[in-house]
Amino acid sequence: MSDRDIKKATTQVNQNEGLIMEKSSPGKKGYKLPPLDVPAVNISKMLGDLERRDDIAAELPEVSEIEIIRHFTRISTWNYAVDYGMYPLGSCTMKYNARINEVVARLDGLAGAHPYQPEKLSQGAMKILQLLSECLIEITGMDAITLQPAAGAHGELTGVLLVRAYLESQGNPRKKILIPDSAHGTNPATAAIAGYAVENLKSNQKGMIDLNALEKQVTEDIAALMLTNPSTIGVYESDIHHIAGILHRKGALLYMDGANMNALCGKTQPGKNGVDVMHLNLHKTFSTPHGGGGPGSGPVACKKILEPFLPTPVVIEKSDGTLGFDYNRPKSIGRVRAFYGNFGMHVRALAYILANGPDGLRQTTEDAVLNANYIRKKLEGIYELPYKTQTLHEVVFNDRIQQRKGVKTGDIAKRLIDYGFHSYTVSFPLIVPGALMIEPTESESKEELDLFIDAMKAIAKEAEDEPDTVLNAPHTTRISRLDEVRAARQPILRWKKQAKYAAE
Amino acid sequence: MSYPADAKYTKEHEWIKINGNLATVGITDYAQNSLGDIVFVELPKPGTTITAGKSFGTVESVKAVSDLYAPVSGTVTEVNSDLGSAPEKVNQDANNTWMIKLTLSNAGEANGLLSAADYEKFIAEEQA
Repeated sequence: MSDRDIKKATTQVNQNEGLIMEKSSPGKKGYKLPPLDVPAVNISKMLGDLERRDDIAAELPEVSEIEIIRHFTRISTWNYAVDYGMYPLGSCTMKYNARINEVVARLDGLAGAHPYQPEKLSQGAMKILQLLSECLIEITGMDAITLQPAAGAHGELTGVLLVRAYLESQGNPRKKILIPDSAHGTNPATAAIAGYAVENLKSNQKGMIDLNALEKQVTEDIAALMLTNPSTIGVYESDIHHIAGILHRKGALLYMDGANMNALCGKTQPGKNGVDVMHLNLHKTFSTPHGGGGPGSGPVACKKILEPFLPTPVVIEKSDGTLGFDYNRPKSIGRVRAFYGNFGMHVRALAYILANGPDGLRQTTEDAVLNANYIRKKLEGIYELPYKTQTLHEVVFNDRIQQRKGVKTGDIAKRLIDYGFHSYTVSFPLIVPGALMIEPTESESKEELDLFIDAMKAIAKEAEDEPDTVLNAPHTTRISRLDEVRAARQPILRWKKQAKYAAE
Repeated sequence: MSYPADAKYTKEHEWIKINGNLATVGITDYAQNSLGDIVFVELPKPGTTITAGKSFGTVESVKAVSDLYAPVSGTVTEVNSDLGSAPEKVNQDANNTWMIKLTLSNAGEANGLLSAADYEKFIAEEQA
């Protein structure tokens, strides 16, 4: 297939662009200051050792205003974003960030609010925190929440610290956390940082928790199970209430990684299924910006037994009916983030929730699941589906069929760039060797999904008929395939003037 | 790929060659092939006690970080320091690239390990 036939591919605004350091020439600048109208001071004397040394200062780029504007504008066109096209990166829920969120977050009173302004001038902002908390508590079916954590993994750590604080208050923090092999990779890291040993739990043939194995593994040493639900292969743990029962009988708690809440929102409440504590990713499920457009936000919702340990401060209603911050919570694990968390994200998430309403959120979930299953149906057989269990918001294939010609998941992902799409998630989850993990989200129309499906079919055909086209992809980008292995083995993380010459 | 008959194997894809009370451990060719290009190998210091079935280090490829599991219990006597600057040696010849040497604390544990023939059968099933 010639690149002309690829419907979505386009050569990008393709000007070459060097590093900003390489554009520098001495004395260039983008400003002109008036003469000094205060007495000059001796900077060297005031700063002493802290004064910037000439040899370092000489390496700072000196460019004009138009040069710097062009530099960043050009490289900004090399990005791929959900505003350009489908971004089916599995487990990341790269949905459209509605513009209404941005409009609301930029309202003067919200964008200009200062965290130290007096409580009586912050009633609106506090009302937003309170209302968002109430919405998320209802969505999760939990009893209490903190909005402080700045990201998903930060939420996990906060949640596990709540578990530890609770168990300590019961007399024994316990030693281990159970983590299924289908969990998110951050879960074991979280458990370890919180001082727990990690014990793996193997999935059964359906990619689900094996209840008998769980029953045997849960002892009085286990503090909690961290369950990603739906799991990384998109499968809902329908035995979740049994899983909770097994844990609770031994005094252990059930943590749910809510990163995949886009499959459940408005359909089921984890709190009603025995979950004790969970985090949400506002930058996934609730459409706040993601990745480079962040920051993120990872609120943690919990049951009543964990509420006393939530980070401070907590928004409360005072006796005069106004809102205030309660810092006096002696059992709290303390602050996990400066001030009240990433407030701008709270505003955006609330705008999204209120704009959709309950029916809209439910529809969103249904569309996300429908889109993923449409892709599954259309691509099954062309790509191998290792787990046949019913899946929700994402679908995981493997590259076994394409591997016969030496084409692996990473190669297919690179070729997908030529077709105008962001890659799916490569080589994850680990329980599926050669995984292609695809999550379209509800944002995509049938037309866009069909373009994606056509692209995936075309690549499968290329892998069969002309594997080199796939193995050497991408072909339409500014830079061809990067040497990922060398980048990992010999990382060059800092620019040095000499490096330019050394490389030549 | 045929696996050396003088080694024993684990289901976690390590090989171990035992000579009296001493042993040498590495990962199998199947393991390196599933991991892809290896970029970093983290090994314990000599003198570290390791326990059968527990992690004694990690191996990082461009795809993932995986634990190394001890086939038997013992004390590490030597680590292959070449792997610090040249982890690709594992990709080039996994079955002959050792990672750690150790003295066994319980020689009987080796009886539970797989023979080369059993291991080949095991990975054939994994691939099926």
